[in-house]
Amino acid sequence: MLKLPVYLDNNATTPMDPRVLETMIPYFTEHFGNAASRNHPFGWEAEEAVDYAREQVAKLIGADPKEIIFTSGATEGDNLGIKGVYEMYAQKGNHIITANTEHKAVLDTCKHIEKLGGEVTYLSVQEDGLIDLKELEAAIKPTTILVAIMYANNEIGVIQPVKEIAAIAKKHGVLFFSDATQAVGKIPVDVIQDGIDLMTFTGHKMYGPKGIGALYVRRKNPRVKVTAQMDGGGHERGMRSGTLNVPGIVGFGKACELCRLEMAQDTERISKLRDKLETALLKLDEAYVNGNREHRLPHVSNISFKYVEGEGLLMGFNKNIALSSGSACTSASLEPSYVLKALGLGDDLAHSSLRFGLSRFTTEEQIDFTVEQISTTVLKLREMSPLWEMFKEGIDMNNIEWAHH
Amino acid sequence: MPTTNDEILKATVKRIYLDNAATTSLDPQVLEAMMPYMTTHFGNPSSIYSYGRESRLAIENARKTVAKILHANPAEIFFTSGGTESSNTAILSAVRDLGCKHIITSKIEHHATLHTVEYLLKNNEATVSYVTVLQDGQIDVAELEKSLAETKEKCLVTLLHANNEIGTLIDLNIVGNICKKYNAVFHSDTVQTIAHFNFDLRNTPVDFITGSGHKFHGPKGVGILYVNENIKIKPFVHGGSQERDMRAGTENLYGIVGFAKALEIATANFEKESAYILSLKMYMAEQLKNQINNISFNGDVFGKSLYTILSVNFPRTEKSEMLLFNLDINNICASGGSACTSGADIGSHVIAAINNNPDLVTVRFSFCKHNTTEEIDLVIEKLKGII
Repeated sequence: MLKLPVYLDNNATTPMDPRVLETMIPYFTEHFGNAASRNHPFGWEAEEAVDYAREQVAKLIGADPKEIIFTSGATEGDNLGIKGVYEMYAQKGNHIITANTEHKAVLDTCKHIEKLGGEVTYLSVQEDGLIDLKELEAAIKPTTILVAIMYANNEIGVIQPVKEIAAIAKKHGVLFFSDATQAVGKIPVDVIQDGIDLMTFTGHKMYGPKGIGALYVRRKNPRVKVTAQMDGGGHERGMRSGTLNVPGIVGFGKACELCRLEMAQDTERISKLRDKLETALLKLDEAYVNGNREHRLPHVSNISFKYVEGEGLLMGFNKNIALSSGSACTSASLEPSYVLKALGLGDDLAHSSLRFGLSRFTTEEQIDFTVEQISTTVLKLREMSPLWEMFKEGIDMNNIEWAHH
Repeated sequence: MPTTNDEILKATVKRIYLDNAATTSLDPQVLEAMMPYMTTHFGNPSSIYSYGRESRLAIENARKTVAKILHANPAEIFFTSGGTESSNTAILSAVRDLGCKHIITSKIEHHATLHTVEYLLKNNEATVSYVTVLQDGQIDVAELEKSLAETKEKCLVTLLHANNEIGTLIDLNIVGNICKKYNAVFHSDTVQTIAHFNFDLRNTPVDFITGSGHKFHGPKGVGILYVNENIKIKPFVHGGSQERDMRAGTENLYGIVGFAKALEIATANFEKESAYILSLKMYMAEQLKNQINNISFNGDVFGKSLYTILSVNFPRTEKSEMLLFNLDINNICASGGSACTSGADIGSHVIAAINNNPDLVTVRFSFCKHNTTEEIDLVIEKLKGII
């Protein structure tokens, strides 16, 4: 029997893997020490667990454990990485390059930096969601200190040409920061091979706990430093103070290890399910995949169903399927997705999109159910839609003059 | 050395934990309350479908619980990643958003305050003065009032409610009313007193207070910032509309639920438990005085002092130099000062500020409801042997 609702919004958050929770429990109960307590075993046990988790986290991204700064999540990591570089490298310049499809955590931080007197270039993306490398290189100037481009997009799953971006940044002596929240744990990410200088990611997008994340800060070639955004006891080598969230860190470490060990088999299974879902839904008329399909996360699909209202579509089945039309962080607003608008989609298509995010726990039965539910809802809504009727009659919608009431 | 699991377990059971100001054990009922949010109810609170809505509801209920207990308005409670983030937010926003140009603090504050203040000073964003700390850890209130009266610029006053190393409690009403009189912003780091003090924020003249879940049998990684409804600050962490646009980032759902539950449990039996813990502290103070020579205490132990913390000075001898080490060998967990600085060998800045006596060795014992008089008897016995 299929348990409802089916959860297909794993870009918003993932359920915790039971193996992760199991690892965390002892650190909630008997090993409750403060990792900074140096005079007794409760403190040592906690510190040891944090050290082990730091290794697990580092290993997943090919980093040295010393390069991992634990944060409360990706948003704090984005803030620390970008503001921290802006403050630390103020002598060198004040210009940051980012893209207009970044997560709000990056965009809002950049806007804040503009208010502080910094300069930010927002690159637009191509129709497929990828940035234009020539545009990136042309935007670099002597005052540029940072390129902040996400690894994979949270709405359309498009993977940016990270290695190429890194090479351009390096060539011009500019640091490269990447928000890899959606990519780490899902596809191979290696900070050395990819040439990333700073990178943020979080536990709850990879079957780990909420409230814990990490910022990778490169220590060699070049040695990167960030100005702390939270001062206090000098935890995390002075870059991020505050009592360490030991159970959260332990869970995050375990989640990283599981992703490292099971990524290949997970990806093989999940991408097949994703493709099945996508192929079936594309059989509907006027359904389009948003973003580059080749350079894309294996568990994500963003599809627009023309002539159907996205919110209506969600209402049609949201008792049965947990899905969103875009980022959770902005899902309370009725504005169409700024990411889809950045790809050049009109309001009609941007409003009619659904974001599918599959997970380690997604089953074929759930996918079959989803295809059936969505197809039925789309067909039903279109039956009631005058626009669909006009389209079927061959009326060119762009040439209609609408009467204003 | 214990080798088998059983032996290790036995050794663990025998440990006496008297470092509850550093962190506390999680209450099993709190863990139970958190469990559903680590398993079935995992939705992102910003999502609009059922998974998200049940998460949102849990967070808003937690906020209401916390607000009710502190006698605040739910709109005044913001969830953060912990006490350090809360204090950083309060101090930075007082300077950057509320126009404070001068900060008055003390030399015995927690580093979350001191280092943030030093950062602002270094950045030329504010000037700083340190109010005199009296021998018992109280601040010189008359001097505070005088500095406020003499400072023309808008001031931020940031002082610990209860000092985390020596336990001295300041009177929030007295200090707050002085701040009010001179239109100063008042932030108090209340990390040690949330759940250990009856707050009535509706009738307390504070602008910001802070709290951290793991100091009262709640989870680590979650805290609160109380912002009085009469003041308006800008977000500290940018990038999403969580916490009513004030603190971006996917909420630490289970942590928030656990924070509220822990506060609820602490409040339910507050009178009884605080009296019990105070009796433990007093018992230990008496026993130390009676049984060990030349003992002294830091702070206002028998006066305005938080009932959970006892800071003891032992005369420095060859043996007492290794006091903490020897306590640990005897399975007694205590600390020299704040855990946040206990890695450093520079000594406690708090003890240095109140009694700069190199002939003393200071140990902080901090208690919780799980400690017993038998444990204290044992500690005294061991101490007699160690000293």
